[in-house]
Amino acid sequence: MFWQMVKGAVLRQGRQLLFVALTVALGVSLATAMLNVMFDVGDKVNQELKAFGANITVTSKNASILKDIYGLDNASAPKEYLAESDIGKLKTIFWTNNIVAFSPHLAGNLKLDGGSEVAVSGTWFDHYMKLPTGEEFSTGEQYLKSWWQVEGAWPKETEPDSVLVGKTLAQKLNVKPGDSISYVKKDGTKAVFRIAGLVSGGGEEDDQIVAQLPAVQQALGLEGKIDSVNVSAMTTPENELARRAAANPKSLSLKEYEIWYCTSYVSSIAFQIEEVIANSVARPVRQIAESEGRILDKTQLLMLLITVLSLLSATMGVSNLVSANIMERSKELGLLKAIGATDRSVVILVLTEIFMAGLIGGVAGYVAGLGFAQIIGHAVFGSSIAINMLVIPILIVLLILMLLLGSLPAIRSLLGLHPAIVLHGR
Amino acid sequence: MSLLKLTDVAMVYGGRVTALEHVNLTVEKGDWLAIMGPSGSGKTTLMNIIGCMDKHTAGQVVLDGIDLNEVTKNELTQIRRDKIGMVFQQFHLIPYLTAVENLMVAQYYHSIPDRKEAMAALERVGLADRADHLPSELSGGEQQRVCIARALINYPVLILADEPTGNLDEKNEKLVMDLFRELNREGHTIITVTHSDKVGQAAKRIVIIEHGHLRDA
Ligand SMILES: Nc1ncnc2c1ncn2[C@@H]1O[C@H](COP(=O)(O)OP(=O)(O)O)[C@@H](O)[C@H]1O
Ligand SMILES: [Mg+2]
Repeated sequence: MFWQMVKGAVLRQGRQLLFVALTVALGVSLATAMLNVMFDVGDKVNQELKAFGANITVTSKNASILKDIYGLDNASAPKEYLAESDIGKLKTIFWTNNIVAFSPHLAGNLKLDGGSEVAVSGTWFDHYMKLPTGEEFSTGEQYLKSWWQVEGAWPKETEPDSVLVGKTLAQKLNVKPGDSISYVKKDGTKAVFRIAGLVSGGGEEDDQIVAQLPAVQQALGLEGKIDSVNVSAMTTPENELARRAAANPKSLSLKEYEIWYCTSYVSSIAFQIEEVIANSVARPVRQIAESEGRILDKTQLLMLLITVLSLLSATMGVSNLVSANIMERSKELGLLKAIGATDRSVVILVLTEIFMAGLIGGVAGYVAGLGFAQIIGHAVFGSSIAINMLVIPILIVLLILMLLLGSLPAIRSLLGLHPAIVLHGR
Repeated sequence: MSLLKLTDVAMVYGGRVTALEHVNLTVEKGDWLAIMGPSGSGKTTLMNIIGCMDKHTAGQVVLDGIDLNEVTKNELTQIRRDKIGMVFQQFHLIPYLTAVENLMVAQYYHSIPDRKEAMAALERVGLADRADHLPSELSGGEQQRVCIARALINYPVLILADEPTGNLDEKNEKLVMDLFRELNREGHTIITVTHSDKVGQAAKRIVIIEHGHLRDA
């Protein structure tokens, strides 16, 4: 009998209940999309941030030790270098495909013709290389420093003396793109840099001349040498295993070691880099890892907020619809009370109708939300969003809360519904 | 002991509108009482109090041995369900349920729905062949007879009918009144409210209500 009444009521109030279902569907679809994106966004943002600079620095062992002990790069200390010829080996490690870009660096000071000394850094801007595996690969600062603003043009390898000059330094030297700067090489001969562009990136490059690696090697008398490589790699977020391995790979059991080695943790990639580049130390760049975390937290907070707001507004929508519906049906519901229905049984009847509509809306919303999630995934991250099953129980709880909250005002007016007033013969 | 006894009952709506005052009334088992009076005199108010739909504001109402002053709102619902059969002027059937289902709803809230018994009740009011029709597919007279069948379905001790023929034509009025006559002959206690003399005369006893005061005819 109960279900017969529910069925009758549902059929008769089809339109209104449909609106309830639609409202619920709207709220749930947004929540579904946001929650799924939120759970998946960790990896996505991680990948996005790879476009944002290096996350592993490779230096020579001794340079690294000196820096650790004395906390400074002492230019006067006897320096150890890496071999430029080893760089290609980066693309031979197990995680080669996770290595997106890298660029070598050789830093030093040069005397200008005018007598003042400036910092120079030699690097690749857009360097084509043939890998030991036979593959072809282009990399350099242009692939790594997406946030660099260059006024003028990037230097080309076909013009070995073309350079970028940091904005701050350019002001000091009063130079602009197209100008030349003459300097004195280590061997005493003079040479010239031609300014292709001015760079501002907010880092040490603003005070430097960023030149091409061969030119700097020649100027400093360090042919074939580099002092560091910045590597950008796609990594899996760190976990307990990764942290233990980073502290000491030898502390792992064989099985753990295998799992770690075959997972793209930043520490295992760094470890593999050390294996292929002689005399090297590869370190994760902590600063970027931390800012990644912060951006992630903020993105997820934002999505959580959207979820909560969309569910709240859906709740208010449901509340309005249900209240209007109860008002309209007050005669019928009063009649039920008059023929002996208790408050509780009338409330249960009405709640059943609402929950049925809500359930249908919820399922429809979930399906639509998965679609939204994919649209967001492709629009924002250019890839699909993984569907997370954990979202379903969360949504069920939220749906129940939403329907109960939404029904609250209606239930109140139901309890206050007086059969005598409703049925009074006027 | 009388089935119903009202002693000095008053009903004041919202502390301002006095709808009933000093009402004394006794109804015995098997009685048929007609309450007559002009519109707005308090007839429906009185019916609602007797029918446990509303609580009086002063005096004493004893129904089938129960003092209504001493019961909670929930118990009042229970008493209404167990002891009262109601027939309203505007029929009041649930629009999306068939005739027989409308009877079964009353059974459902009372105990358990029993289709056979509901069919028997429809048969009793001569509507067995209309059992599966929706209220909108029934004439006014037929709807009212369904209501009477519903009022009977849970074996009430008292049947209340508020202007049961108010919305009916003469032919249907006669059908409904014949039904009440039959029910009373079988021993049912009935109170009808009406402002039609003809309907009033059918009862065994008539009381007049004017401005919330009751007097014998
Ligand atoms: N819920 C209510 N609130 C306030 N006044 C009411 C209410 N119900 C009825 N009344 C008033 O009580 C008086 C009696 O009404 P009612 O019992 O419906 O009369 P009748 O049924 O005899 O036409 C009228 O003056 C009416 O306006
Ligand atoms: Mg009336």
